[in-house]
Amino acid sequence: MSGDAARTRPVWLGKPKPAMNAVKAAAVVVILALISIPFWLVFATSVSSDAEVNANGGWSLWPDELDFSAYTNVFKGGTIGHALWVSVLVTGIGTALSLAATTFLAYALSRPNVLAGKPILLAILFTFLFPAGMIPSFLVVTDLKLFDHLAALFVPAMINVFNLVIMRGFFQGIPEELYEAARLDGAGDVRTLFRIVLPLSKAIIAVVGLYYAVGYWNDYFRAMLYTNGGSLNPLSTVLRGFVTAGNNPNAESGLDVTGIAPMKAISALVVIAIVPIAAAFPFLQRYFTKGVMTGAVKS
Amino acid sequence: MAVDVADPARVARAAQRGAPRMPRWARLRRDRVLLLMMLPGVLYFGIFQYLAQLGNVIAFKDYVPFVGVKDSAWVGFQQFTTLFDDPDFWHAVRNTFELALVQLLFYFPVPLALAMFLFSLTRNWVRKLVVSFVYLPHFISWVVVVGLFVQVLGPSGMVNSLLTNDSHHVVLDVFRDPSWFKPMMLIELVWKDCGWGTIIFLAALYQVDDALYEAAALDGAGWARRTWHVTLPSIRPVIVLLLILRVGDILSVGFDQVMQQRDTFTPAAAEVIDTYVYYHGVQSGQFSIAAVAGLLKGVVAMILVIAANKIAHKLGEQGVYQ
Repeated sequence: MSGDAARTRPVWLGKPKPAMNAVKAAAVVVILALISIPFWLVFATSVSSDAEVNANGGWSLWPDELDFSAYTNVFKGGTIGHALWVSVLVTGIGTALSLAATTFLAYALSRPNVLAGKPILLAILFTFLFPAGMIPSFLVVTDLKLFDHLAALFVPAMINVFNLVIMRGFFQGIPEELYEAARLDGAGDVRTLFRIVLPLSKAIIAVVGLYYAVGYWNDYFRAMLYTNGGSLNPLSTVLRGFVTAGNNPNAESGLDVTGIAPMKAISALVVIAIVPIAAAFPFLQRYFTKGVMTGAVKS
Repeated sequence: MAVDVADPARVARAAQRGAPRMPRWARLRRDRVLLLMMLPGVLYFGIFQYLAQLGNVIAFKDYVPFVGVKDSAWVGFQQFTTLFDDPDFWHAVRNTFELALVQLLFYFPVPLALAMFLFSLTRNWVRKLVVSFVYLPHFISWVVVVGLFVQVLGPSGMVNSLLTNDSHHVVLDVFRDPSWFKPMMLIELVWKDCGWGTIIFLAALYQVDDALYEAAALDGAGWARRTWHVTLPSIRPVIVLLLILRVGDILSVGFDQVMQQRDTFTPAAAEVIDTYVYYHGVQSGQFSIAAVAGLLKGVVAMILVIAANKIAHKLGEQGVYQ
């Protein structure tokens, strides 16, 4: 069932041919290299000296001496330090809010025969088929006076239908006997949720929490759509400005914010944008298949 | 339907979830805590989806931000004709469909092929290692992915400076040459998402009964025939499901991906419907015309999903919904 379940070579397949094994080994090496080289390249560039990066024309695959000036510059404050703070804030508040709202809604919708449960679920699923577009969303955010507020960076994305559906599916998979036992012991809906359901749902909470956190951390667009930018720009939006400008030699404006070799500064930002995700990744990986498959089967 | 208070067992059964046909007020009383739990979510969908949809009326108005949605003048279908007369819009539509077709033909099979390759790796630690590597890029934002690609293939990236010593001459101008737009979009998409795309295929492959492979092999079927006659038919429902989801996404082809590169490739090469809506609507203030484009896109996308699902049902597949 799971994508990383143990699987041994079936007996009827016979012994593998050496040539085939070599081809497969080569393919594995190529796949691993294609994924890791870009990551390594930005990391190496970000910790190389300005002179070395400039001498190569904007990159370095192996730093001769370690130079962390790009990072110390970023963390010293200024525009980028502030943007990093906005990202952390939005990701923290947004994930907590989204996770709470999604859990409550998914739990209530997972219980059988709840008043108005069916029509509410259908109305929510319909928004998956026909979501509010960019302009209507922009208008509603403006009408709510959320425009150019920090809240505009997370409130309009509070609940994701896909996350709601996989969480509800997971809750429905918990044996009804447990709910029944909790009820006989006098537990109400709140106590059942916190004492019975949530302790059994660590996997799905981890996965959905990761999806939300990654979504907020990576988002660059809400700041462009719902704010005037400036002090509300998160790291992704600032980085986007550099990436799209660094792409185009005609528009190199704003690249010397940190006063170091442009590609090195961009590389450091790229590394900072990746590190939180890469750090959380190994802990959450074992839940992925479970989370995705619950949603696929139950929806 | 009154509940007999005298019999505690019946009271307990009636209070139980799924009790048959309780009166509405009794259910409201029983479910009040659950309904309270739903409240934030219901408010969210009510406001940011359903209330927001009302904003689409500006498609039939001459919306002026200063005047507001309510007081802007009604103009009927005038915004529709203005949009249809704009060659930039048709260009964006054509570009969107071409890009979607390229992705459907050349991207869609890649995760399946990769999943089959991963499945064929019988050494568990090797497979686990590769699987964990290929999932990672999916979680990296498009901003960063494009940043990584620029670092490797950009005008001052690694590959170009290895190809020539002349820093003013770019050999592989893959981020500005418009003819490279679609190939680069495809390559980036494969790098970022084909690993994650294997997850559902892989799970489906594990479900295939090994006895089928064994029987086929004993009948003399080689690798190719086993794939064609056992693997593909067994995971067909999953393939159909993912195809339908892909069809629903046709009109949105990688908005986040295009946004990072539209300017360097120039809008002439890289405009899609969503970027048209953003740049013409939000950036240039032509909200009404952009609302028309967005509304049409939403309606057509919905029709496409419903049609694809119908076709799947006709072919005897389960599809996304019943």
